[in-house]
Amino acid sequence: MRSNTVGWLMLAPTIAILGIFGILPFIYVLYVAFHQWNPFGASPDMIYNGANNFRRLVFDAEFLSSIAVTMKFAFFAVASEVALGYLLAQLFMKEFPGRGFFRTIHTLPLIVAPIVVGSVWRLMTTPSIGIIPHLLKSWFGYDLNIGRDPTTAFALTVVMDIWHWTPLVTLTLLAALLALPKEPFEQAQIDGANRWQIFWHITLPMIRPAILATVFIRLMDALRTVDEVWMLTSGGPGAATRYVGLHIWKVVFPKTDYGYGAAISVIVLYLTLVMCWILYVALVARRERKRTF
Amino acid sequence: MPSRNPLIYVALWVLLSLLTLFPIYWLFVISVKPAVDLFTTPSLFLDTIYWKNYVNVIGNATLRGYMLNSIIISSCNALLVTTLAFLACYALSRYDLPGKENIFFWTITNRMAPAAVFLLPFFLLFTQVFTFGDWKLYDTKIGMILLYCTFNLPFAIWTLRPTIDGIPKELDEAATVDGASTWQVISEVIFPLARPGLAVTLILTWVFAWNEFLLAATLTSFNARTITTGLSEYVTTTGTEWGAMASIAVITLIPALIIFSVVQRHIVAGLTFGAVKE
Repeated sequence: MRSNTVGWLMLAPTIAILGIFGILPFIYVLYVAFHQWNPFGASPDMIYNGANNFRRLVFDAEFLSSIAVTMKFAFFAVASEVALGYLLAQLFMKEFPGRGFFRTIHTLPLIVAPIVVGSVWRLMTTPSIGIIPHLLKSWFGYDLNIGRDPTTAFALTVVMDIWHWTPLVTLTLLAALLALPKEPFEQAQIDGANRWQIFWHITLPMIRPAILATVFIRLMDALRTVDEVWMLTSGGPGAATRYVGLHIWKVVFPKTDYGYGAAISVIVLYLTLVMCWILYVALVARRERKRTF
Repeated sequence: MPSRNPLIYVALWVLLSLLTLFPIYWLFVISVKPAVDLFTTPSLFLDTIYWKNYVNVIGNATLRGYMLNSIIISSCNALLVTTLAFLACYALSRYDLPGKENIFFWTITNRMAPAAVFLLPFFLLFTQVFTFGDWKLYDTKIGMILLYCTFNLPFAIWTLRPTIDGIPKELDEAATVDGASTWQVISEVIFPLARPGLAVTLILTWVFAWNEFLLAATLTSFNARTITTGLSEYVTTTGTEWGAMASIAVITLIPALIIFSVVQRHIVAGLTFGAVKE
């Protein structure tokens, strides 16, 4: 076995950078979370108030409902993106003319900045001046109004997220599919396995780590979405699309309630971490068990 | 597998591309309309094209500077992150380091933080901690390149790890037996096989750095300001200059497209493992 020193040296830059820019700010936020601090309020000093911020957020109905809608949003968006992204990645594995061209077109949404995506979708969907309500009305007689109907607004943020981020899933899964060895597939075909059996017994187990990594990344990003939804709905109507990122934004910026904002951030970070850890342990442990026979 | 007529796939992709392109087409429509026309009954096609927004944007030296900053920051960040992640993943995959799975999971926690509150400690770090005499990390390209590692490094490590893990260890061992050094194993055995994964990682980290907005808006003022942030200056609470915003957004697609088409060529199946083993 080669010496571990080389391995640690390869990891060192990563640990150093993430340690400085990841852990230090976290310690600071944790410190602020135990204080009452409103730098632009009547008393600008930090006042230690123990766990009061945390006690407050347990009873904060707005915060709790924002957690609930964020989970719902993340679930619908990520599930659709992974399913759709996998199908599209499989489609890109086929041989057909213009494949590179279509792949470039498919990845275009990724290079549009979130703030622009939100703005354009807003302009496309605003009642009476947006093209989508206009077309739906004249073609199907359907009245789309995101300013009035919470369900429509919620669905639209999900659709926007799918439009924007499915290409990411397609690309990562495409890379995983391209790296698969060909022998098991050829062997399975010789053995007369059907398409579904090949997918379930060969493709899926082999690209499971890649799917898992993609789900994690998308889940985390969906849970902290701010810019796009802010531009599209500003969290409305009511609190229908007030996702937790937007909620923190509203606590920190208009109200400048830093102590409370920090407490919410710590809790959100904690919840995300626990959720991902459970998923990770459940799925990875299952994979390890399977490997034994 | 039963092979179908490839034209079916072409037809399917044409349809999908129309859906994908529609919001981008609409971005273009917004960019070539005078502001007053935006708030009338919309029509799907343009009858006149109004280029004034583009003339204004291209003639604006500040925005050209922002664009250059964006290109430098995203490209350096993507290259740095992909290289570091490649090494880190190799170490995580091939060495028996104690606690490595915890380190692996810890890296991703850096991407979970909700941005709003973390802007403040970053601001303090950049203006008060990392200062040497008059020099501050604030508003420097190197500062942004390093800072963007916080969300891009975890991403790169998590997307590359399955690729590196998927490369059979026997290949390393065979090369080592033949007298290859660790560096030769990485550059001549692992690198070619990980190429599609590396290309995808490079593209996506580049995209994340290119589109980042909150951190750049808080931690830069002019010298390192990025185009995404410059563009957001046209989006305010009192009203958005739609034409200017949209035309900048359309122009920013061009460098991104060039980089995409260069890197995308590497998203092809590497050598099959069977062929290597022989």
